[in-house]
Amino acid sequence: MSRTAKRLRYVLKRLLQAIPIVLMIVVVNFFLLHMAEGDAVDVLAGEAGSATPEYMAELRAKFGLDQPLPVQLFVYLKNVLSFDLGYSFRHEMPVLELVMDRFWPTLLLMVSTILLAVGFGIVLGLLAATGLNTWRDTLISIFALVTYATPLFWVGLMFIVIFALNLGWFPTSGMKNVAAFNDTWSWANIKDVAHHLVLPTITLSLFYLALYTRLMRASMLEQAGMDYVTTARAKGLTENRIMFVHVLRNALLPVVTMAGVQVGALIGGSVIVESVFAWPGLGMLAFEALFARDLNLLLGIFLLSALLVVAVNLVVDIIYSSLDPRIEVS
Amino acid sequence: MVQFWRLFRRNRSAVLGLVILGLVILMAATAHLIFPDDPFRLAGRSMSPPGENGFLLGSDSLGRDVAAGIAHGAKTSLLIGLMATLVAVGLGTLMGGLAGYYGGLIDDILMRVTEMFQTIPSFVFAILLVAIMKPSIESIVIAIAVVSWPAVARLVRGEFLSLRGREFVQACHTLGMSDARIILREILPNCLSPIIVIGSLMVATAILIESGLAFLGLGDPNIMSWGFQIGAGRTLLRSAWWVCTFPGIAILITVLAINLVGEGLNDALNPRLRERT
Repeated sequence: MSRTAKRLRYVLKRLLQAIPIVLMIVVVNFFLLHMAEGDAVDVLAGEAGSATPEYMAELRAKFGLDQPLPVQLFVYLKNVLSFDLGYSFRHEMPVLELVMDRFWPTLLLMVSTILLAVGFGIVLGLLAATGLNTWRDTLISIFALVTYATPLFWVGLMFIVIFALNLGWFPTSGMKNVAAFNDTWSWANIKDVAHHLVLPTITLSLFYLALYTRLMRASMLEQAGMDYVTTARAKGLTENRIMFVHVLRNALLPVVTMAGVQVGALIGGSVIVESVFAWPGLGMLAFEALFARDLNLLLGIFLLSALLVVAVNLVVDIIYSSLDPRIEVS
Repeated sequence: MVQFWRLFRRNRSAVLGLVILGLVILMAATAHLIFPDDPFRLAGRSMSPPGENGFLLGSDSLGRDVAAGIAHGAKTSLLIGLMATLVAVGLGTLMGGLAGYYGGLIDDILMRVTEMFQTIPSFVFAILLVAIMKPSIESIVIAIAVVSWPAVARLVRGEFLSLRGREFVQACHTLGMSDARIILREILPNCLSPIIVIGSLMVATAILIESGLAFLGLGDPNIMSWGFQIGAGRTLLRSAWWVCTFPGIAILITVLAINLVGEGLNDALNPRLRERT
């Protein structure tokens, strides 16, 4: 079998493995949300001030909330398979539309965060490992320890105090100045969004930066003790060449895997960061949906974030197997 | 024990962590003596900067004493962190032990479940659980434990898998010991070290999750906590920076101290890692 065919089969296999997990997540979330006291109709009725039991029963029938639970689950599963995530009673919009609307800001935040955290994490880990037990190593280790222990929301608030309120370098919240630019791809608009993106990205990346720094340092040290390093040294290669060409390449592997594993945690972090900076993404939408008891919307967000994690893990696996042929496809 | 302490003492930062943790515990234990009043009570002029009007660390918009809140909040954080960890470690050890020892169907189910938990964004899941159960100490503890136990289960499963085929276990089988006795008295004591290490680090994570939940308004409404203080103070950032700043420093110091102690435990309990650095 050719290599591409093998690769294709591997991708297919991983896709098939992902399906039961996604299904399980849908089912679990469905039952959890139904454990909650009160449904969307209660919320709507409460907001209207007064609602007769007849009207509420009518509303329930309209939304299908009067059906037995298994029927509701079945209907939901069937709808999900046809990409119909239901209707948000609160926003009076289809869930899919709402979720896709808020998906891009979150994706933007997450991609810039991963790039920043992985990039700087690799550099810092490299600096620490090459200067083992010097002041540089100690300083970087202390930095990693402290950021690892700092609550994200607090860092965000402190950044707002320092960089937005006192220094005035960055805006305090939001994604762009209200209705300033309508054209998404105009230069002014991109600059505006990027300006708003700086503080949320740095905040969200700090925790992962600490993680990747420690991982990169440990990985470099582990690789530096391998036999091939001794061989390279015996060949008379310079220490720099050994470090940056031989060791670095192999040390990158665990960092790439970790970047995939951490995506789930990143979504959790983005709920906090988005609510601190009022960044109009999925995290903030989830938080709003929670308090409006907008079950369909929450289910949609959860499904999408789970799919996102599954997809990223798949991509990372494929990158990983092409970076390291030893893992290929057994 | 003496030998353990000698090993632990070699890691200076771990000892520092232990001292700081001791101080935080002391603060939590004496909170009701130093600040006998309810921390939610109006204690004086609102929005006083630190050091003024008799407020060491200032007061918030309702005249609540920030320092009193921090002292009482220490109790909440430590209590929730410890309880959630105990529940998670108990549940994780049970599941992981059974899966690793018996293998087969239990193992398959457990692995699928932990895979699902690795996929689900755990903090969002915790938010969901607390919101569904209504915020209270119990629901927060349960939510943190639910998102934390799979890590323990995987660890314990791995340990049990590697230990169950060893000669001493086979000898126990030959002696006719019951499975329960082998699991609890023979295998479990042999994998206690990694469980203790992961448990100690988990307390730190649990405190971070708890503060995040409380910050988002999902804390127990009757109990003062650091996350709640920061959440309540975020609207005052412009005029009263101290309301948010000091509770955050409290979280940072506590979590840092616990992480240092955890790493010290790891160095002292894991002989394989001991020689590395």
